Amino acid sequence: MTSTGREYSREMTRREMLRRFLALGLALPGGTALLAACAGGPQPTPTTAAPTQPPAGQASPTAPTTGQAEDKLEIFSWWTNPGEADGLKALFDLFSQRRPGVEIINATVAGGAGTNAKAVLVTRMQGGNPPDSFQVHAGQELIGTWVVAGKMEPINDLFEQEGWNKVMPKTLLDQISHEGKFYSVPVNIHRSNMLWYNKRVFEANNLQPPKTVDEFYQVAEKLKSAGVTPLSVGGKDKFEVPHLFESVLLAVFGPEDYPKLFGDPGMWESDARIQEAIDMLDQFLSYANEDRAALSWADAAQRVIDGSAAMTIMGDWAYGYFINKGAQPGQVFGWVPAPGTDGSFLWLSDSFGLPVGAPHRNNAIEWLKVCGSREGQDAFNPKKGSIPARTDADKSKYDEYLRYSIERFAQDKLAPSVVHGAAANEAYMTEYNNALNVFSASRDKDQLKGMLIDAAKELK
Amino acid sequence: MTGKVIEEARPRPGVATRPMTARSRYRLVERLIPILMITPSIIAIAVFVYGFIGWTTVVSVSRWQGIVPDLSFAGFRNYAALLTSYRFQSDIRNTIVFTVFFLIGSLSIGLLLAVLLDSKVRGESFFRTVYLFPMALSFVVTGTVWQWLFTPGAPGQPTGLNLLFEQIGLPVFQTWSTVSHVWPGGGWKPEWLRVPFGVPLAMIPVIIAAIWQMSGFTMAMYLAGLRAIPDELREAARVDGASEWQVFRWITFPLLQPVTLSAVIVLGHISLKIFDLIMTQTGGGPGFATDVPGIFMYETTFKSNKYAEGAAVAIVMLLMVSVLIVPYLIWRLRTETER
Repeated sequence: MTSTGREYSREMTRREMLRRFLALGLALPGGTALLAACAGGPQPTPTTAAPTQPPAGQASPTAPTTGQAEDKLEIFSWWTNPGEADGLKALFDLFSQRRPGVEIINATVAGGAGTNAKAVLVTRMQGGNPPDSFQVHAGQELIGTWVVAGKMEPINDLFEQEGWNKVMPKTLLDQISHEGKFYSVPVNIHRSNMLWYNKRVFEANNLQPPKTVDEFYQVAEKLKSAGVTPLSVGGKDKFEVPHLFESVLLAVFGPEDYPKLFGDPGMWESDARIQEAIDMLDQFLSYANEDRAALSWADAAQRVIDGSAAMTIMGDWAYGYFINKGAQPGQVFGWVPAPGTDGSFLWLSDSFGLPVGAPHRNNAIEWLKVCGSREGQDAFNPKKGSIPARTDADKSKYDEYLRYSIERFAQDKLAPSVVHGAAANEAYMTEYNNALNVFSASRDKDQLKGMLIDAAKELK
Repeated sequence: MTGKVIEEARPRPGVATRPMTARSRYRLVERLIPILMITPSIIAIAVFVYGFIGWTTVVSVSRWQGIVPDLSFAGFRNYAALLTSYRFQSDIRNTIVFTVFFLIGSLSIGLLLAVLLDSKVRGESFFRTVYLFPMALSFVVTGTVWQWLFTPGAPGQPTGLNLLFEQIGLPVFQTWSTVSHVWPGGGWKPEWLRVPFGVPLAMIPVIIAAIWQMSGFTMAMYLAGLRAIPDELREAARVDGASEWQVFRWITFPLLQPVTLSAVIVLGHISLKIFDLIMTQTGGGPGFATDVPGIFMYETTFKSNKYAEGAAVAIVMLLMVSVLIVPYLIWRLRTETER
């Protein structure tokens, strides 16, 4: 071996080493990161991580808390607006009294009726990363979407232990059960078929709030000639006109036949009353503002308390909105059931369930106990502006409208809302909403009927 | 390849075997390094782009509806359902209308601004910044602000632009932007279409907002193109007696052709995939007069949980963008190999 050769080879090795090192340094991290990403599924927990949680599905709901540290509770909801966020906080406070030291993660996603939150929730559940408990509308939104897919744990033990099946109405319990098992804890009830009106406008025109559809038409004609928009309707959030139509359907079909519409898809084609409902909606809209597409339900409600419009048909979250805007109930605005629906209560309910694989299952169960308890419901609902799902509430904690609503809920015939997830699955809801939003702009009645018949194909 | 290997394998006089192997190993490593360097990105693209395109295609011909995946083959039923649906037909119409007007508007305004700025005005950099500024905003901001501007207002109390029109004495059909009227005259609607074909009036505010946002960007591209044209060419034309218009028409404009093409590609793929602007400005309404495939895909997949149908929309969108991009890529590849 010559000296030049040795030097050459040494130099080469050094350069080679350097290059190799460089290549490895660049290639490896990328490659391993990719492999890790591709592997998917549950990764083995690194030893440095926090103590692992007890595996789900082993402890029974009634089992006492073990010594294992569950220091967190993640609650997923879309309650971000003033009243509802306060109500949620009241529930959190009650939970903290029972489990001091547990950190509550308030995973909210803003957006009315959960439009954005639901998409985020789907992604989390699909990715195997469920929250400990999440807000879901009682009814098909819970059963059709999550329970049938096997993503929820039944909580019958809790219902028996806490006696909830005795204090909640049967109609409601039916909507949260599937094959004889309960799957979520309803915390509140909202009413969809309400008409809100400006008292001063009505007094100035010497009018009484309408009870029947015919009275509504008469009142609307008078208001129209007085230069006031009779009916204020939104459309920007894409549920407002569908919402109006469910009250119309209830008025035409009545509380007995209305729920059948969502069990028997053929009715949409064969029943002549569908045409009647479409004509009625068309007439309602002829009394409404034309700039619907630019207004949210809240903008539409604002026009009522401003006095440029006289009435709006909206769920009773509008009550919370009016109060927040400083309008006096009974002085500035009043309420009656939507025309032709007196004696029926079109309800929707927010509830919380227990997803399979909840990371802090014991805390989640304690959370559900808080949600279902009388003190929990009486703390949450006056702030949220809804009535409790339990029939044994302390009425003194509720204000005028809510006391009225509690009374109606106990006496009226109950019917589930379709726009708010109680009556039908989400695929149907979307098609139903689409049909009505198209109609709101086009006012083509034949087209609406065709689209509603098409939508009914999603009812299974 | 083989020739080199043989050459290296042949022993040379005076050089020992060990350094030889080191040297050949070095050669090997030198060839391997570039491959190693690009491997991570190739794997990443293969998985995260082409892998997912493949996966979406599989889902688009499946029966997956609801939370639980169901990948059983359904044929092209989802595509058939799409193409005959009212919403998707309006989406296609809206995308075509939006793309055409958005491209024409952005290109012509961008070119006009660039030519004006290139004529050595005082404070050029100031105006350049002003025109370019809207591009710094997010489409979400643009959508929200223009939505406010175009809100018609309560009857008899116009707001936004309607107020402006009223103030300058223009008679205005106040709610024109919130009805699903199609221009001209309700649109052209043959038997086999479910939506009338034409320009939905409600689309106009969206197109205006998009042009407002992107014409500054087009101006910047044209300005760069104008600066790249040698002055000698124009001077020579002027010496030959060409008028300023002729210089522009026959010298400047043809030389800007590559810029125009790039701008069309950039703007075109923005408009075909537009989502955020329309979501915030109109939400696709009134009816589906401003709905686009992006919103349709999002709502079908994540609100109705109809994964198969949503995937089919995604594939149709991909095809639409490819119709624009692929010819461009082929053209680029050809001109590059010619060089």
